[in-house]
Amino acid sequence: MPNQKYTPDRPAKDSQANGEELRVIGVPRRRVDARAKVTGQTRFADDIFLPRMAHCKLLRSPHPHARIRSIDASRALAHPGVYLVLTGKDLPIEYGILPVSQDEQALCVDHVRHVGDPVAAVIAREELTAFEALDLIDVDYEILTTISDPEEALATPEPRIHDYGEEGNIHKRVALEFGDVEKSFAEADEIFEDIFFYQGSTHLPIEQHAAVATKDPDGKLTIWSSTQTPHYLHRALAKVLNMPPAHIRVSATPNGGGFGGKSDPFNHEIVVAKAALLLDRPVKICLTREEVFYCHRGRHPVLMKFKTGVKKDGSITGMHLQTLIDGGGYGSYGVASTFYTGALQTTTYHIPRYRFAGCRTFTNKPPCGPKRGHGTVQPRFGQEVQLDKIAEKLKLDPAELRLRIVEAPNTVTANYLRLSTVNLSECIRRVVKISDWKEKFRKLPEGRGVGIACSAYLTGAGLAIYWNKMPHSGVQLKLDRGGGVAIFCGATEIGQGSDDVLASIVAEVLGIDTFDIRLFTGDTDLGPVDLGSYSSRVTIMAGSAALQAAERARELLAEAVAIRLEVPKEQLRFADKHVFDSVVPERRVPFHEAVCLAEARFGTIGTVGSYTPPKSPALYKGGGVGPSPTYSYTAAVVEVAVNPVTGWITVPKIWIAHDIGRALNPPLVRGQVEGSVYMGLGEALMEEQEFRRLPKKLSHALVHKFPSMLEYKSPTSLDMPEVVTELVEEPDPRGPFGAKEVGQGPLLPIMPAVANAVYDAVGVRIDEVPITPEKIMKALAEKRAGRDPRCGPSHFPHVDWPEALRVPPPWEGGDGNAVNDVPRPSKPRPEKEKVLSS
Amino acid sequence: MLITLPAESQKSAHIRIALNGEHVDVSFAPYKTLLEILREDLSHTGTKHGCELGECGACAVLLEGKPVLSCLVLGVECDSRNILTVEGLGLEGHLHPLQDAFADLGAAQCGYCTPAILVTAKSLLDEHPQATRDQIRAALSGVLCRCTGYLQIFEAVEAAMVKIAEQNAAAK
Repeated sequence: MPNQKYTPDRPAKDSQANGEELRVIGVPRRRVDARAKVTGQTRFADDIFLPRMAHCKLLRSPHPHARIRSIDASRALAHPGVYLVLTGKDLPIEYGILPVSQDEQALCVDHVRHVGDPVAAVIAREELTAFEALDLIDVDYEILTTISDPEEALATPEPRIHDYGEEGNIHKRVALEFGDVEKSFAEADEIFEDIFFYQGSTHLPIEQHAAVATKDPDGKLTIWSSTQTPHYLHRALAKVLNMPPAHIRVSATPNGGGFGGKSDPFNHEIVVAKAALLLDRPVKICLTREEVFYCHRGRHPVLMKFKTGVKKDGSITGMHLQTLIDGGGYGSYGVASTFYTGALQTTTYHIPRYRFAGCRTFTNKPPCGPKRGHGTVQPRFGQEVQLDKIAEKLKLDPAELRLRIVEAPNTVTANYLRLSTVNLSECIRRVVKISDWKEKFRKLPEGRGVGIACSAYLTGAGLAIYWNKMPHSGVQLKLDRGGGVAIFCGATEIGQGSDDVLASIVAEVLGIDTFDIRLFTGDTDLGPVDLGSYSSRVTIMAGSAALQAAERARELLAEAVAIRLEVPKEQLRFADKHVFDSVVPERRVPFHEAVCLAEARFGTIGTVGSYTPPKSPALYKGGGVGPSPTYSYTAAVVEVAVNPVTGWITVPKIWIAHDIGRALNPPLVRGQVEGSVYMGLGEALMEEQEFRRLPKKLSHALVHKFPSMLEYKSPTSLDMPEVVTELVEEPDPRGPFGAKEVGQGPLLPIMPAVANAVYDAVGVRIDEVPITPEKIMKALAEKRAGRDPRCGPSHFPHVDWPEALRVPPPWEGGDGNAVNDVPRPSKPRPEKEKVLSS
Repeated sequence: MLITLPAESQKSAHIRIALNGEHVDVSFAPYKTLLEILREDLSHTGTKHGCELGECGACAVLLEGKPVLSCLVLGVECDSRNILTVEGLGLEGHLHPLQDAFADLGAAQCGYCTPAILVTAKSLLDEHPQATRDQIRAALSGVLCRCTGYLQIFEAVEAAMVKIAEQNAAAK
C-alpha cells in the first residue's frame, strides 16, 4: 500500500483528481443525504426507540448561585415507575471541553452556578413519570450572592463561583503586545477610541439536544447523541465513567442544527450513559426547549474598547483592543473564546502593531461558549464599525478605505498568523459593484441607508482541544468487488453537508458517482478520529484526509488496470465509473472490474488518509488560538430602511461576496452563506440571551428573561431579505481542491454592516448589538438634543491586566516568541512522526 | 419487586384515523398529543418537535389537508380524521415534486424542520397552485428554520410548483 508523506501545501492543481476537468467537484448536485432529509428518514437522536427503553429527566436548580446542603431523593425513588435516581455523588469526576477548564460535574455535588444547573436525575419507565418524580426530590439550598455581569464579577471576588481561575471571579486574563503600540499611536495622524457592547445570543437549533445510551450485550457502552464532537464526548465519558475508552462507543446522530451549541460534552449525555450501565437497559433523554436555553454555550456578551491610530491615507499604524467577557457559570470553551476576541483582528487589514488584552469573568448564568464565529464576531463588529467612523472622519469612502488597507496574501501577520490566499479586495469590489454602492452610499433619501463591512474566518483551528501530535482527521476507504466504496470517518453531519464533502471528494478522485458511496460517519467505533464539526474544519481536514485515502486507492487500482490494459498507469483516467486510457479512451474497464483487478493483485482494498494542519509560526503562549491552514474572507453590503419616527428597522436587501477558494457543491455553499447571513441578521436586529432578576419578595434570582422560542425572537421567513451571493473562487493551495471554509465567515460582516447602514440612513451610531428600534429612538433623541448621536456603552471598567507578553512582529525582527517569556524553540517534527501509516 | 404502572401509561384512549391514506387504529394514554401518538405509538418519527409549545412549527402535519401543529392537537380530537405526514408525501415509490426540489436545490440542510415545511408547502400549493413569493413566505412563516435563511426553501417551492403544473398538464 502506498505510504508517502502527505503534504497539504502542495499546489491545488496537483490535487485535482483527473487533471483538467472536474466532474463532481464544483458541479451543483443533490447532496448524498438529501433523500433521507426530505422523506423524514434522517434518524435524529430522539427518533431512536429501543426495546425496554427508560426515560430520564433532570432536576435543575431554581437558584442562580447556591450551596447544596442536602438532597433527599427517597420519595422520588418510591414513586411508582421510577427506576433510578442519580445525584452528584454518583458522578463526581469533573470534566469540561478544555483540559484547562475541567470544572463541570454531570450533576452538581455541592454548588449550583446558574438557574438550570442540574442537581439530580430521575430515570423512569415513562417520561411523564420521571418528570413527576422530579417534584419529589427535596434539595436544601443555601443561597449565595448572585453575580450577574462582568462588572459585578470584577467587584465581587467572594463568593467565588469557581475555586480556580486567575483570582476572585476572573476566569482568564490575557495580555499580548505585538510591537510598540504607544509608539504607533504617536506616529498616527488621528486616534480613534470607541467602546462597543455585543449582547449574547444563543444557537437555537430546532432540534433539542437528545441522547440515548445502552449497555451492549457484551457489557460495553453505546451512546447516540446529537453532538458535534463525538470524539471529545468519548474522552469525557471515559474520564467521568472511569471506563476504558475502548469500551465506549459514541455515535453522533445527524444534528438538527448545531451552530456550536452541541460542541461541549454535556451533563445529560453522561447521566444517561451512567444510568444505562446501572440499569442494563437503554435510557433516553430529550431536553425541553427551556432546558436547551440553560445548556446554552452561546455567544459571549462582550464589552470592547478599541483604540486605533491611522494615517491620513487610512493606513492603520496600530491598534489596542480590550475585551471584557461574560462567561457564565462554567469554563466551556471560554479560555479559547477569550483569545479569539483578540486573535483575528489582524487578518483582514494590515495592522503593523497590535496590543490585545482580554478578560473573561464567571457569572451566575448559563455558560457561554462557541457560537458560529466563536469569539471573533464581537470584536469584528467593533472593528468594522470603528472603521466606518474612521472613513467618515478621513472623508474616505468606507469601501475605498478598506481596499487601501487589505492585508496581502501569503503574509505572516503581526500576531504570527500565516495567511494563505486573501481575496478580500475582490470581495469588496464585487459587493460594491452588485449593490450599486457608489450610487447609494450617502445618497439615499433620509431613512434609507447602506453599510459595508468585511470579515475573515478560520478554515479549521490549527490545534486540537487537547495537546497531541496526531492527525486532526482520518478517513478509511473500503472498496468492494461490486464497485461499492465505503467511507469511514469521524466527521459529524450537522446539516452543513460534511457527508457530501467526503463523498464528493472520493467520487471525484475515483471517477464514480457520489450515490455509489456509503458513509459511516460520526461514530467513534466505526471510523478513525475526526475532531468534530467546529471551527469550520471539516472540509479542509476530513476533506483532505478523504482526498489522500482516495488518491491511494486510485493508485492501487491504476497499477492493476495498467497491467490489464497494457498502458502506463500515468496515462489512466478515472471518470464515469470507468478507468480508461486517456489516449485511447475506448480502452477501458468498468470501475468495479478495476477494483477486482486490484484486489486480485494486492488483496483486500482498503486505504487510509489523514490530515494534520501545518505548524504555526506563533510560538508565544496563547499563540495556539487563531492559527488556521487558511482563512476565508467576506464582504457584505446591507441596505436598511429606518423609520425616523418609530425607529423601526427593516433590511430589504443584502449583497455578499465570499472568498471560498472553491465551492465543492455550489448550492450547499450558497446555503451556508445565506444561512450565515440569516443568523447574523438575527443577532444584528433581535436575538438576545437576556436575564432579569425576579422581584425580591420572590427569590431575587437571576433568571433567563425568555427561555422560549416565542419570546426569544429569531427571524422568520417574513423577515428574511433578498440576498445576492457571489462566490470568489481562487483555489487555495491548502484546501482540498482549493476549498476554504464557508459555514461561519459570512455571518461576521452582517452585524457591523447593519450598524453602518443605520448611520447612513438616519445619522446615528448604534455601538451595540442587537440594533433595536428602542436604541435607534434613543440615539435619535440624542441627535435632536444636539448631543452625540449615539447609543452604546460609555465606559470600560478597570481591569488589573497582567504584564503583556511582548512579541515583536515579524517585520521588527521577531521570531514568534515573547521576549519576556521563556522561548519555545521552533523545532521541526522528527521525520518518523510525519510518516503516516496506511 | 413488582412495579405498579402509573395510571397515565395505560392506553385507555382509542381512535381510528386515516394516516397517509391508510386506516389505522391506535390506543394511547389519553393525555397524549397527536405529535406523541405519531412518534411514539405509530412509529412515524418523520414529524419532529422543537418546543412542544406551538412556537417553532417543526411538528406541523396536515389535518384534513390543513397544516396544524401536532404538539397542540390532542390525540382524542383526531378520531376519524385524515392526517398527512412527511411519510405520506411521496407517491408510489417516487418523491413528491416538493421533495425532489428540496433535495436538489439545497432547501434541506440539517433536515429537522424539513418535514414540517414540506407538508405546509404542500397544503399551500394544493390551495394555490400558482402561489406568489409573498404567499409562500406567509404560508411558511410559522415554521422556523435556523439553517437555510429560507431563500433556497422559497426557490424549491417555486420549482416544485412549476413541476406540478407540468405534471398536471401532462395528465390532462
